[in-house]
Parts: sequence; structure tokens; C-alpha cells
Amino acid sequence: MALVSIRSVNKVYDGNVHAVKDVSLEVRDKEFMVFVGPSGCGKTTTLRMVAGLESITSGDILIGDTVVNNLPPMDRDIAMVFQNYALYPHMSVFHNMAFGLKMRKFEKPEIDKRVRNAAAILGIETLLDRKPRQLSGGQRQRVALGRAIVRHPQVFLFDEPLSNLDAKLRVQMRVELKKLHERLGTTAIYVTHDQVEAMTLGDRVVVMKDGIVQQVGEPLELYNTPANKFVAGFIGSPAMNFADVTLAESDGKLWAEAQGLRIGIPGEIARRANGRNGAHATLGIRPEDIHLAGPTDPTDLCFDAEVEVIEQLGSEIVLDTRVGNSAFVASVDPTLRLKVHDRLKLAMNPARLHLFDAGSEAAI
Amino acid sequence: MAVTAVSGSVARPIPRLRRMEDERWLAFALLVPTAVLLGLFIAYPFVEGVLLSLNSTRVGIKGEFVGLKNFDKVWNDSIFRTSVWNTFWYTGVTTVFKLALGLWLAILLNRHFRGKALVRAFILLPFIIPTVLSTFAWKWMFDPTFSVINWTLFQLGFITQRINWLGDPDLAMTSIIIVNVWRGVPFFAISLLAGLQTISPELQEAAAIDGARPWQRFWHVTWPLLLPVTMVVVLFSVIQTFADFQLVYVMTGGGPANATHLFATYAYQLGIGTGLLSEGAAVSLAMFPFLFLIVVVQLLYIRRVETR
Amino acid sequence: MIEGAAWRKWVFYNIPLILFVFVLLFPFYWMIITTFRPDGELYRPWNAANYQPFWTNNPTLDHILYLFEETSFGRWMLNTMFIAAVSTVISLFCGVLAGYALARLNFPFAGGLGTVIFVTYLVPQTLLFIPLAEIIRNFRLGDTPWSLILTYPTFLIPFCTWLMMGYFKAIPKELEECARIDGASRWKAMIYIILPVAVPGILSAGIFAFTLSWNEFIYALVFLSSPDQKTVPVGVTSELIRGDVFFWGPLMAGALLGSIPVAIVYSFFVEHYVSGLTGSVKG
Repeated sequence: MALVSIRSVNKVYDGNVHAVKDVSLEVRDKEFMVFVGPSGCGKTTTLRMVAGLESITSGDILIGDTVVNNLPPMDRDIAMVFQNYALYPHMSVFHNMAFGLKMRKFEKPEIDKRVRNAAAILGIETLLDRKPRQLSGGQRQRVALGRAIVRHPQVFLFDEPLSNLDAKLRVQMRVELKKLHERLGTTAIYVTHDQVEAMTLGDRVVVMKDGIVQQVGEPLELYNTPANKFVAGFIGSPAMNFADVTLAESDGKLWAEAQGLRIGIPGEIARRANGRNGAHATLGIRPEDIHLAGPTDPTDLCFDAEVEVIEQLGSEIVLDTRVGNSAFVASVDPTLRLKVHDRLKLAMNPARLHLFDAGSEAAI
Repeated sequence: MAVTAVSGSVARPIPRLRRMEDERWLAFALLVPTAVLLGLFIAYPFVEGVLLSLNSTRVGIKGEFVGLKNFDKVWNDSIFRTSVWNTFWYTGVTTVFKLALGLWLAILLNRHFRGKALVRAFILLPFIIPTVLSTFAWKWMFDPTFSVINWTLFQLGFITQRINWLGDPDLAMTSIIIVNVWRGVPFFAISLLAGLQTISPELQEAAAIDGARPWQRFWHVTWPLLLPVTMVVVLFSVIQTFADFQLVYVMTGGGPANATHLFATYAYQLGIGTGLLSEGAAVSLAMFPFLFLIVVVQLLYIRRVETR
Repeated sequence: MIEGAAWRKWVFYNIPLILFVFVLLFPFYWMIITTFRPDGELYRPWNAANYQPFWTNNPTLDHILYLFEETSFGRWMLNTMFIAAVSTVISLFCGVLAGYALARLNFPFAGGLGTVIFVTYLVPQTLLFIPLAEIIRNFRLGDTPWSLILTYPTFLIPFCTWLMMGYFKAIPKELEECARIDGASRWKAMIYIILPVAVPGILSAGIFAFTLSWNEFIYALVFLSSPDQKTVPVGVTSELIRGDVFFWGPLMAGALLGSIPVAIVYSFFVEHYVSGLTGSVKG
């Protein structure tokens, strides 16, 4: 068991592509840390540097309290699960799982015990004699996991391990991964581009973009108080609505104004936005924080919208609406009967409103 | 590296000596055996060959530097000139026929029929059986007195006089060309067949639905897609044919009256047969500019295909 | 697709194919029939009456016996086998390692080296045989099998390297990354993981290399001189012809028997051979 700390790490490819920029973070002991971000954001490169598969251009990576910068992967005591599973095609499931132990010169009975134990945990005891090509996608995934857990490594690394599975299996394996981590308690770093995986699996989540860490925090922290517009838009589905607004002070209140939209900014955010009168900003509100306006909703949180698309999901209705020249997505009560081109009055939940600087995109 | 930024309390193990974990060292180690053998038996002989060609060495007689005299002498040698002409003629004619017949055969094979695997296996025999040995079979078939081909043509009433396949200078070259084409067609056919099989039949079907006739389908769909494989196969074959030796050596030995020499057979006759090592080396090296040109064309072509 | 009436299929496909097969295989038939035909039947003029060239009713083993009793044909077979096997092993060893380095490792000048290997792949033996003969003599290797065992790799290694590069490139790089994380060094990852996965490629390269060395002629012709050291192609060429008298019976018997080992290897591994052949031009 160990912590992983990444200190001011940079990665520059071929002297010009700066893939990872000054990343610093600590993965705590027994923590399940998820790196999430769009492709090319540097999350996989960071993981590969922890694994020792990529060299570090500058900075330090520590596993436990050992600097591993120059250690080859074999000496780092880590295990990794790859997106394409990387099962050794010429070896049976048993030998796939035993390979890491053999390389570390474990005794035969110990290897046998550990492999069978891991196979039992993953429910693949009956597959031990098969070759990888005789397995289904989900079974391969389990073998890849099994190969990682037999080793009892200090750290698990996962590189988008579920993205080759179909949707249903992915949800199922996600749950199993979570259970597995609770059972083994090994420190884990998990890379994904899927924010749902990040939210459901991570004890904490690192959001990256363009090689830069945008925010590190627990899933709900990212959801409730995103540090910037990128995190706000990346976390949550359907994604947060953004509208370009101008801030204006009048009647002792701060207003966010755009065509067809005039929203009174509630106290706490308004205080932080103090002195921005006349500035441009981005207003953010999640679809689930918009509802059909009722008599109790104050008018300065309401706006008129025209329905453009109705997506009936059963548990909710997702509405694509037009408000002036902005588009808003709202998730509303599934019992409502609506038609395209209906004009509605919608209201925002003031506690869940976000405001971002127009230039830096940082949360205000 | 920002190594110094880390506090002194951190353990920083000196890694065990793992030089082979460095890709560059490993690559170096893996390439050493190849580099040694190729350096010793390709690069060194090449340099040695250039030096030899600028010398006047004969078997047993250490030569002295004579500059380009060997090349000058060879250039004014009528047998050499015939060899040059022969080599180009031989290469050009055989390549055209090998490509045309090979493509035809590939198309014939690119269908489903019973025994296809067996036919394909047998068809490659001329290519895999040692050339010298199969060429002897042809030489025997072309024998001036006992030719089975003559016998057949005579029985069928096509000829009344024997055809002296290898005795007549022009006919001898034609005979050699026939054997080379015979040996080369399977290689073309199987390589082109592999190329044809990578072309999705859906393209043919789409073109057919668009109203293309078979010939148009071949010309507008198959041929352009087959061109990269064809180019590589042709260039390979050109190099092999241009530098050919064994076929002519067995069939005619360069005769009759030195009429069928190629670069290689003439170099052998001069260098090994007569012992004029330097002149032989010069004749051999005379192939180099042309081979070099072909290799450059091939590299450029490969690069173009790769970057496309 | 629908090919039309049956007669069209015959005219456009079956008959041409039959002709191709006939022409391509006839010389081998001729080799076989000559091997078993007595001399009395062999040497009959092309226009003689009552001549049945395509069949014999008096098959004989005389020519084959002559080969083994009057010449060193057995020795030539063993020589060729030994030389082809050893030079194939050497070339595979070098070619697999070099192909692995060029296809899967990042190091300076990798691209340039790949091109150099490709160019040497295209160097014909006939370009260098005269200076090479001098070098072989200086190394005191003349007239020994080692003169060929060491020089055949010059055309086999580039071929093997080129072919193996193609195979190695097709293997996902995660396999050895995973092995290295599992605790294997780069070297062990190559030996235990990548090489076993590349076995079909190694087999193709090996079979192709074996047939190429069995076929080789000019080096063997130039470097070997005593009858006992010769390979089959050279032995048949030089020992079964006296002046301009050709012993056609033994010659064809020698050609036939000399082809058999290659044909056997080939018949067992046709698919590997074909993939080697097509891989060698694709790269």
C-alpha cells in the first residue's frame, strides 16, 4: 500500500509537444483516484509516466517514499490494466495471470494459490485453461484485472479499461471494480474520458485539459463547485448550460443580462462579482436546476423559452429550448405534457447558479 | 531535471545496472550481429570491389592502381556492349510478359473454385524449385537434337525443320526470355493475387451497379488499387532480372559466340573464367548506377505511398 | 458475382487456367519422366518415328544409381542441407533481433537504418561476387561450407529483418508494456511475450530463407571448388557435364532429387511460404 505523489511533472515529446504541464498532485494511500478529460489532455501520458512507460521530462514521481523517475516499470511494483486488455495471446488464462509472479520468481504453490484466489474473486475459475481468443470481451476484462490483482502491487493503474466493452457490460464492470477496490484497498489511478465513470468510481477526481490539471476534488465537489467553465461543462450529463451575459448593477442588485434573459444574481456570487459592473461573463446553470416556473418563483430568476426538441426519457423530460439567442437544456418533470414550439416560463434554482469570468473562464 | 527540489529525506535508490532497459542500448545490442555480418560481407566487399576495379589485379598477380583504365577498356569492348544491350532487352521484355501473364493468372485465381489451394500451391513450384535445376529441364527440352518441343511441333505439322533453340543467337535470347518468364510468372501472380484479395469485392459490386462493364471495372477500380503492389513487385523483379546470372549461365553460358551475355555472366567469364579479376569487378560494378537508380525510385515510391 | 453462361466460364477462366498450370508444371513432368527413362529411349532424335516421348514402358533407376555411385551427389545433398540450415538459423537470429529493434524500439537513426537494411535487401549477389571471392580467400574460408554459411546471411538477414519488421509492427505495443509492468525486463518481454506471438512470422521467414539458400548458385559456384564440398546446384552443373556432353538422365535425376527437400518443406508450409512471399514485397 502506498501513496503516489506527482511533483511538478512535465512531459515534452520530441522537444516541442508539451503534453503534460507542471502537474502536481498526491494520490493518498488506498485512494481510488480518477484522471478524467478529453482525449489529448495528458491523462494517459501522466499515467504512463507513473507506470514508467514514458520518461519524465522534468519533475519527480514518488511511489511510497521512493523516487521512481529512473526505475524501469518492472521495479516499480505496480500493476496496470490496459484498454485493449493486452492479454498474452499465446498463454492460457492461468499463465497470463501467473506471468507477473513468475517474473518475480515466486514459488509454484504460491503462484497457484494466488491465481486461483484471484480467479475466484473474479468468477473466472472455469476459464483458467482457455486461451484469450476463446474469451468474450467481459471475460478478457476480468482476466486483465486478475492479472493485476494476483501481484498484490502497491498501486493499480487503469488505462480506460472499460471503454472496449458494450454499454451494459460497462455498467456492470464498473460496479465490480468499485467492489473490488473496497475489498482490496489498493491505491488506484484510473484514467477515463467518461465523466460518469469518473464520478461513480473516484474517491477523488482529477480533471485535465491540454496537459494542465483543471481541478482536483471529490466527485460532488467538482459537480457543485466547479473551478472553471471547462470543469463545469465536462462534469455532469446533460452538460451545464452556458450563456454569454453582461453584468449590470441596478436597484442595488447585480443582473446578468443577455437577449431575452435577465437574471438577478443571488447574494453570495454577487458579492464575489463585486466591481464587475458592465463586464462580460458566462452564466452557467445545470439542466436539472431549471424547472417550470411556479407562483413561488421570484420573477428575477425566471425567463421565457421556446421548446425546440423534446426528449422523453421516462424518468425525466429533457427539453432543448431557445432563449433569445442562447440555447438552454432543461430537465423537467416527466408528467408534463409538452409540444414543440410551446412557449414556457422557466425558473432557475438560485443556489445552483454559476458565473464564470469571460476571459480566464475561472469561476467567480 | 528538477531533482534538487526534492527534500533530502526522500529515498532515492540508485537503480541496479539495467542498461538494457534503455531502448537505445537494447537496440544497439540487437543490431550488432546484423551490422557485423552485413558490414563484413556487403560494405567491405563493396569498397574492395571499387578498389579492385581501379586496379589491374589478376589471379595470383597483385595489381597496381590504374585509375579508370578498366572501365575504359570494358567500354570499348564489343562483348560488353552486347551484354549491356542484352541485359536491358532481357529485363524489359521479361518484365512486360511477367506482369501481363502474372496479372492474368492472378485474376484467374481470384475466384472461388474447387482445388484452388492446390492449384495455387502447384503454381508456385517454378519459383521455389532451385532455378539451376529447373533451368536444366528447360535446356533438355530445348536440346538441339532431342527437343521434345520440336518433336511436338513436328508431330502437329507446324515445322519441318528443327528449331535450333539455343544455337542461334537471336533465338537463344528468346529461349532464355521464355524460361525467365516461366520462372517469374508465379511470383507475380501470387503477389498480385494477395494484392487483389485486399480489394473489397463490394467496390466491384458498387461499380457493377453503377453500370461499369468488366473491363471498365478492372481499369477504374482494380488497377488503381493494385498499383502500389504492382510497382513494388515490378521493381523487385527488375532488380533480380537485371542482375540475373544462373539462368543464362546454365542455358547458354553466354554463347553462342558471346551473344547472350548479361552483365553478371560476362563479369563471371572475365573475373573467374579468365582470371581478370579487376576487369570482372569493373563489369559487375557497371551494374551499380542502374541498380542504384531503381532502388532510389523504389524508396521514393514507398515514401510517397506511406505519406499519402 | 454472376459470371454468365457456363461456356463463358470455360472460355474465360477454366481453359486459360488449365493452360497456365500445364505450362508451369510441364518442365517438372519432363524432369520426372527423364529420370526414369532408359538411355536408349532418351537419345532419339526429335523427328524419329515411333517415338513416345511422354511415357515410358521401361522405367529404370539407373540414373539415380549413377548419381549415388559415380558422383558425390549424397555429399552435395548433405552439404546443401547443412549450409542452408545453418545460414538460415544465423539469419533468423540476426533478422529477428534487428527486426525487433527497428520495429519496436525508439532510438536515433532508426529510420535511416531501416532504409539501409532495405537497400542491402536489394543488393544482388552478382554485384559483389568477385571482391567477395577475394575476401573469402583472404579469410582462408575458400572451399569450405563456412564461405557460404557466412555469406548467405548477407541476403537472408535483410530479407528476414524486413519480413519480421512487418510482423512485429502488427503486434500491439501494450503487450510488452504490460509484460514490463508485470516485472519483465525489456529483454524478457521480447523473449517471453513478443517472440512467441511472432512465431508464424519467424516460421515464414525461416522457410523462405531456407529455400533461398538452397537455391543460391553464384557464391557456391565461385567459392567452392573440390567436388566433395559442392552444393547440389553447383555439383549438378559441374560434375554431370563432360565438355559438351550432357548426361541428361543423371542430370534430370539430380535436378529432381535436389528439388525434393525444398518441395517437401514447401508442401508442409505453403501458407507460411506464401505469406513470406507476399510479406517480402509488402514490407
